[in-house]
Amino acid sequence: MPTTYQQPTERGYYGQFGGAFIPEMLYPNVEELRQQYLDILADPAFQQEYQQLLRDYVGRPTPLFEAKRLSEKYNTRVYLKREDLCHTGAHKVNNTVGQILLAKRLGKTRIIAETGAGQHGVATATVCALMGMQCIVYMGEIDMERQKPNVYRMRLLGAEVRAAMSGSRTLKDATNEAIRDWISNPVDTHYIIGSVVGPHPYPDLVARLQAVISEEMRKQLLEKTGSELPDYVVACVGGGSNAAGAFYHFLEEPSVKLVAVEAAGHGVNSGHSAATSVLGKPGIIHGSRTLLMQDEDGQITEPYSLSAGLDYPGIGPLHAFLADSGRARFISIEDEDALRAVAELSRLEGIIPALETAHALAALGQLGAGPDDVVVVNLSGRGDKDLETYLKYADTIL
Amino acid sequence: MNRIKNAFEKKQKGLLNVYFTAGYPSLHDTVPLIKSLTQAGADLIEIGMPFSDPLADGPVIQASSTAALQNGMNMRVLFRQLEGIRQEVPETPILLMGYLNPVMQFGVENFCREAAEAGVDGVILPDLPLDDYVAEYQEMFRRYNLRPVFLITPQTAPERIRRIDELTDSFLYLVSGPGTTGGANTQAEGVQEAYFERIGAMNLRNPRLIGFGIGDKGSFRRACEYAEGAIIGSALIRALEGTDDAPAAAARFVQSVLN
Repeated sequence: MPTTYQQPTERGYYGQFGGAFIPEMLYPNVEELRQQYLDILADPAFQQEYQQLLRDYVGRPTPLFEAKRLSEKYNTRVYLKREDLCHTGAHKVNNTVGQILLAKRLGKTRIIAETGAGQHGVATATVCALMGMQCIVYMGEIDMERQKPNVYRMRLLGAEVRAAMSGSRTLKDATNEAIRDWISNPVDTHYIIGSVVGPHPYPDLVARLQAVISEEMRKQLLEKTGSELPDYVVACVGGGSNAAGAFYHFLEEPSVKLVAVEAAGHGVNSGHSAATSVLGKPGIIHGSRTLLMQDEDGQITEPYSLSAGLDYPGIGPLHAFLADSGRARFISIEDEDALRAVAELSRLEGIIPALETAHALAALGQLGAGPDDVVVVNLSGRGDKDLETYLKYADTIL
Repeated sequence: MNRIKNAFEKKQKGLLNVYFTAGYPSLHDTVPLIKSLTQAGADLIEIGMPFSDPLADGPVIQASSTAALQNGMNMRVLFRQLEGIRQEVPETPILLMGYLNPVMQFGVENFCREAAEAGVDGVILPDLPLDDYVAEYQEMFRRYNLRPVFLITPQTAPERIRRIDELTDSFLYLVSGPGTTGGANTQAEGVQEAYFERIGAMNLRNPRLIGFGIGDKGSFRRACEYAEGAIIGSALIRALEGTDDAPAAAARFVQSVLN
């Protein structure tokens, strides 16, 4: 079967990227998921329950908002896909609602998750509360400090938050600990991965569950602009789940320019960056062959970004393929420019974005979009969780 | 020559395979440790190639890997250290254990060539899937006379165990229960034994070594009742922690398990 951008091969490859490089201890769980996920997702009973929860619980469809003052500033037509208005404040819940229903059908009773900024952890804790399932979230010790409100939210929702103390004590290490937990609990536990990373079938599973974002965009664009197809779709990429969802139904539409925005941290060449598409080489992280930040010996290096949701040393294999094939353009944005974009959207449109999302907004000036071009920015999350950071950097922002 | 096969022919019961992380506790302990572990009675030596993100390992081996990397260990250094090891330790099988990414970056063929030149007999890469091994590396491993060792867990299906048994000519690594390396056995009584007996009753081609959670004389002897031998890693690493004389501490540890 030839690879398309949307559909990986049976073994989970997008071009040379993907696969399932996992120890034997994880094989039965991952294989069970691989054999069943497509059937479960296609099951009308699953779809009915999933769609109903997306509508009544998550609050979908989310609006597509024409940002007129932002459009004026950049002399183009900017639309914002308001994933920040989802229940829990980010797109992450689209995936966790789907995966919790999947976990129930697989007969699992215990849920684990990793989280960086805490949005995926909150979205997982939320659906576990809804379904009455036990929930354990692994979070890097550093991230617990910089995203305190989300730690409290998870605990309030009944989840146990366990600090990942190894390595850089951020998202990569939280993912390691979640995988080790799954190795130790191979029978009753489902691991809800929060991004389009990890062994096959996770990248495809999460992309399909986030694809609702671009499915809605097409309908809304037709209504608002007269065409289903925009000229640009822009989204930030850490692991890449919101970008995968925003790109999904445009992947096979060559007229639509896809723009993935990574975190440059202090600058791509500063040694403190998370711009994987520039700094990474093919390698294996968390069971997937993808672009990966590593030293010459193949040791995974520690990424940096002020935003806790983007400092991941890899990107999903779909995105590695989009970068490698040139289908998507990758831009990297430094901390300070992201902070300025926070202020800009707040002042121009009355919307305070998450720091991750602000990276996508900061790329608007670099697109080269003309006055008649339609640009959709996926507004993946809201900024409440980042207020402490925004206060700390008030001099830059205000 | 198949030193692994020879070792299992020479001694059919109670084989001890010891694991340590190359470059730990200090960079140049690798060769002295191989010699002292062998002299103390270890039957197979498994050398860990440290990796920044060892997913199948518990905190003890994680910490030793981090320390080894800080000490400057990498693949080039390790192979340089192993030059000439076969003059000093001619018979004891030596295996390299590690994760796929550092091997890929070194180049799998380079890795196989250097390992073969050093006199390495087997390779354990827990995150190398069977299908990828067969599709991409099996022919290369054969050419360099390296034997892969694959893990089996309580959840591994019988037909998959048969396939693993066909794919190697070394031993089968029976993971004792759910968990990463160095964990305690938390299974209900009888569960582990039933699993070992189930594998034993399959009459497989390869001998079996039980690993994960084996750490002293008692757990070693118990494991040996169900298999040809057992693998000890984290407990040895703990015995090396903070010592000035790693080879002597390693020898004392091996003796405490065997005698």
